[in-house]
Amino acid sequence: MNAVEPLIRLSGITKTYGRGQAAFQALKGIDLDVAPGEFVAIMGPSGSGKSTVMNILGCLDTPDSGAYEFQRVHVERLTRNQRALLRRHYLGFVFQGFNLLARTSALENVELPLIYRGEPAAARHAAARAALAQVGLKGREDNTPSELSGGQQQRVAIARAIVTGPAVLLADEPTGNLDTRTGQEIMDLITALNRERGITVLMVTHEPDMAAYARRVVRFLDGRVESDGPNNPSSGPAGHLLPEGEGKTMRPSAAPGQA
Amino acid sequence: MLWNTLILAMRAIRRNVLRSFLTVLGIVIGVAAVITMVTVGNGATQAVRDQIASMGSNLLMVAPGKTYGPGAEPAPNFKDADVEAIRTQIGNVQVVAPVTSKSITAVSQDRNWATAVTGSTADYFEAGNWELEDGRVFNEAEERAGKSVCVIGETVRANLFGQQNPVGSQIRIKQFSCEVIGLLKAKGQGAMGQDQDDTVVMPLKTVQRRLTGSQDVNRILISVRAGASIDAVKGQLELLMRERRKIAPDEDDNFRVLDTRQLVQMLTGATKILTMLLGAVAAVSLLVGGIGIMNIMLVSVTERTREIGTRLAIGALEHEVLLQFLIEAVVLSCLGGLTGIALAAAASVGLAGVMNVPFLFNPAINVLSFLFSGAIGVIFGYFPARRAARLDPIEALRHE
Repeated sequence: MNAVEPLIRLSGITKTYGRGQAAFQALKGIDLDVAPGEFVAIMGPSGSGKSTVMNILGCLDTPDSGAYEFQRVHVERLTRNQRALLRRHYLGFVFQGFNLLARTSALENVELPLIYRGEPAAARHAAARAALAQVGLKGREDNTPSELSGGQQQRVAIARAIVTGPAVLLADEPTGNLDTRTGQEIMDLITALNRERGITVLMVTHEPDMAAYARRVVRFLDGRVESDGPNNPSSGPAGHLLPEGEGKTMRPSAAPGQA
Repeated sequence: MLWNTLILAMRAIRRNVLRSFLTVLGIVIGVAAVITMVTVGNGATQAVRDQIASMGSNLLMVAPGKTYGPGAEPAPNFKDADVEAIRTQIGNVQVVAPVTSKSITAVSQDRNWATAVTGSTADYFEAGNWELEDGRVFNEAEERAGKSVCVIGETVRANLFGQQNPVGSQIRIKQFSCEVIGLLKAKGQGAMGQDQDDTVVMPLKTVQRRLTGSQDVNRILISVRAGASIDAVKGQLELLMRERRKIAPDEDDNFRVLDTRQLVQMLTGATKILTMLLGAVAAVSLLVGGIGIMNIMLVSVTERTREIGTRLAIGALEHEVLLQFLIEAVVLSCLGGLTGIALAAAASVGLAGVMNVPFLFNPAINVLSFLFSGAIGVIFGYFPARRAARLDPIEALRHE
């Protein structure tokens, strides 16, 4: 691991909410390195600091102290707009609640980040269609979120996150609003993106079944990293940690290949 | 950048057509009201000007009392001698026509019609630019003798005789009957909005003896000779009248001399003030429309908090979010402005037709209203837009 330059390096990150008596220290000194191409699951009970660290990793929040280097850039020194540009060009977000624009077609939802990047209309349409095809939603471009199932909506959200070709995909409980079967399909899709496109995936989850898809699990407790290590194969569904392309899990990822 | 933001704003508007429409309804109505009021008001002013011009630009009118309308102090009427004095002592006078009026009901066979009788001389027709449709006006002998003859206007004929030619017929006024000797050509609406053709003209003596029972003259019409200075004649008239009415040098006139130019000023001034007032009321409604936009935009920002959070998370800059909401507001209000202009054009043409005034398209007020509606979008859209842009993305994403 030492040979590879880390994509993300957190060192001594602390974060406190509130002041005085009501102050709550959410992070009490976090050190975390993530190498390019990793698939990291962040787990922990409520209040353990996993959401806070996710917000900091997503450049949505800034630490009180400590350093956050993203590709050797000190994020904690960036302005609000610089962090927005970093998100725009390097990060993709997938939320528990999908957060798609209502009454807006899947295509336009996926186009959104490209509009902010100033892509011309033709390139935008092509990229959005390709991303939708990649998540297995070819032919659903004109459907609005209310016309799609939960799993399909999360696929649109994933397409929106990857359409810009981000370095990191940040997924916050991506399967939290989905049933187990659909959740597994979404996890298969995320796994495929990680393996085939080399997108680094950081995922917060509290479901061990979903964390089992990751290759590395970081457990938080009380604002500290409790454990950090490769995934324990026995804790996940059988077959998920087989070498690439072999398990039953790759079904959705076959779609782009056929398209 | 701006173009992309415009796309985003248009998409947001399209997503909620009904709400967008209701949002701008205030602007639509405000703009339409302002433009319609001003356009119709200008048309009315023009109509007044045209009507006075039809009276002739060289007409002076002497009337008792300093002011016109309610609250005016009663002042003595004029006498025949005053008329004679004007005729003989003031130069450059074409004709002098004494006028006495009285409201009466005219009857012909089974029909009757409430109208006003004007007692005057044959000069009245010249001073007032009247032309004859048929028959003749009364001659000097009839004037002197106070004969029961009359010349009637088009409205009186229509109501008493229908389509028939009235010349030679008799009409009854109060206790006496009167021969119709002439029919006047229709003139249409007068400067005060009255029907000028609703008139019966008789020799002055006839009216004085049989209707008013006094030698008084209500008004004197004087037409000034072409090329002569109206102001000079007016000055002489005022001096003469002060002298004849024995007004001390420190006293105010108890009569007034109006010329048509003044009448134009007075009446167009009145319609202009009315137009401004109505326009101002309409402008207030435009302002209220702006507040409506702000209200809806604020609701929209709250309602779309998660959407804003998503936009910020995927990399929208603060000023891009601000610009999007601002452009949404401006596009909405400009669309409202354009709709209002279209509505105003239809309403103005319709109202001008109903009110019988010319439709005068006024580009300035249309452009002004449109710019104003755009400005309202900027002003009332800025606050909600800034609020959207300053949202904390984490809080916004968590918003339910």
